[in-house]
Amino acid sequence: MRATARVYWRLLVAGFRRQSAYRLAALGGLVANVTFGLLKVSILFATVRAAGGELRGYDVASMSTYVWLSQGLLGSVNLNGRTDLALRVKDGQVAVDFLRPVDLQAATIASEAGASLFALIPRGLPSVLLGAVTIGIQLPTSPLIYPLGAVSLMLGIVISAATVYLIAVAGFWLLETRGLQIFYMLASSFLGGLYVPISLFPQWLRIVAAVTPFPSIMMYPVDVLSGLGGTAEATRLVLVQLAWLAGVATIGQLLTRAGRRRLEVQGG
Amino acid sequence: MAEGVGLHERLRPYRVVLASRARAQRAYRTSFALDLVCSLLVGVVELAEIWVLFTNVTALGGLRFNQILLVFGLADLSFSLADLSFGHLDNLPDFLRAGTLDAFYLRPQPILAQLITSDISLRRLARAGVGAAALGVGLTTAHLTWSPRVAGLLPLALISGYATFSGLFVWAAGLQFFLLDGSEMTNAFVYGGRYAATQPAAVWSRPLKLVFGFFFPMAFTAYLPAVTMLGLPGPDWLPAWLGWCAPAAAVWSWLMGLACWRWGLRHYQGGGG
Repeated sequence: MRATARVYWRLLVAGFRRQSAYRLAALGGLVANVTFGLLKVSILFATVRAAGGELRGYDVASMSTYVWLSQGLLGSVNLNGRTDLALRVKDGQVAVDFLRPVDLQAATIASEAGASLFALIPRGLPSVLLGAVTIGIQLPTSPLIYPLGAVSLMLGIVISAATVYLIAVAGFWLLETRGLQIFYMLASSFLGGLYVPISLFPQWLRIVAAVTPFPSIMMYPVDVLSGLGGTAEATRLVLVQLAWLAGVATIGQLLTRAGRRRLEVQGG
Repeated sequence: MAEGVGLHERLRPYRVVLASRARAQRAYRTSFALDLVCSLLVGVVELAEIWVLFTNVTALGGLRFNQILLVFGLADLSFSLADLSFGHLDNLPDFLRAGTLDAFYLRPQPILAQLITSDISLRRLARAGVGAAALGVGLTTAHLTWSPRVAGLLPLALISGYATFSGLFVWAAGLQFFLLDGSEMTNAFVYGGRYAATQPAAVWSRPLKLVFGFFFPMAFTAYLPAVTMLGLPGPDWLPAWLGWCAPAAAVWSWLMGLACWRWGLRHYQGGGG
């Protein structure tokens, strides 16, 4: 058991190191994140002010927190649906992955999570810091929020990796997963609360978002970290995330097993 | 260039390449249909983002939803068409990394012209359709008083907007020679610019007005012409008469684009091999 855990830990560390090689890319991402953040701040502040200074629980300070936390997370969660694994499934190289004495799903997620954690250093933290310095953000009042926020953030990263994994393994049945990938990109960023906080949605659209794993990837970690609804609400959101993780991971495991039996690689 | 060879004949190689690219995309019908649907959905989600805000408030930056549709429509229609014909310049870092740009030097045509005409993304037509629909609804419901002013500004804004965004793609491509791995940096002003162009510029802070109002002249592509058409006064620093200056923004964007391109091309040392 301990040996198994060590293997996945090593994969996580390897993912972290791999990502650290692309420093200029991280800087590029940061510049883009901050620019979009400043534009989002303008339009969302204008919306809050037009609503009389308070809108569905958001004032300008908490709206700023939402903008900078969500922009900061952008480098660490996968909202575009593209994965290396999808390419490996398509060209058959995944057969080599199956030969390795590790679980394909766990190994893929561990390595992705490692890369995501690294991205917090050059993209996540600077985005939040720059936002805090230029516009100002609201910090949570209860100290309990910080550990809960860290757990929620980690869960968001893992749920994101586990959900895009589903698109990749759908490739065992579909010839081309690009349509699925673009659909994921649109649905995850809109329903995950990247553009507008979900609580600003009309009720029917909030329900649509709540029955998908997407808010667990970005919106819930941001809500927990900003401490908007207090500790009780934060705990509830973390539990919802745990439930989604269990669901998405189970489906991924079932699809991997079924797909492995289906996989047929030509040539030799 | 030899005397006596007509313009028509000189442009023939470009036309042939473009026609073959267009045919290639339509050859796989299912794939092309899927691309069109995806591109349509991208436009719809972008519009939904603005619509969600207006389910909470009635006006933003002095504009109501049907007036914002005018801004969104102008911006997205001209951006999608520029993306259709220039968007593939974003692939330049791939050429640079693979060293395949060197092949372009072998042909007796300007490299930028070859790159621009090397592809055409017909799927963007679907997204342009969303922009056109939003523009149509905006024009008919925003209580415009039809006058020579409006009739003149509309084509002026669309053509200038198309040119401004196209220049922006060239601008970004020129910088790619230096950025390589950091290519995402230019997304800040290309795709960030598209996002800014769909916003009512009245909500921007002064630094943003400098950056996206003038340096990257995004306000000139949609917001300012819309304000002029609607006969509204326009915010601080962005008076409504500036709507007529949209062509100046297009010229500026191309000047900067071509300057960056020349600078980048001079910096390029070849892929070796």
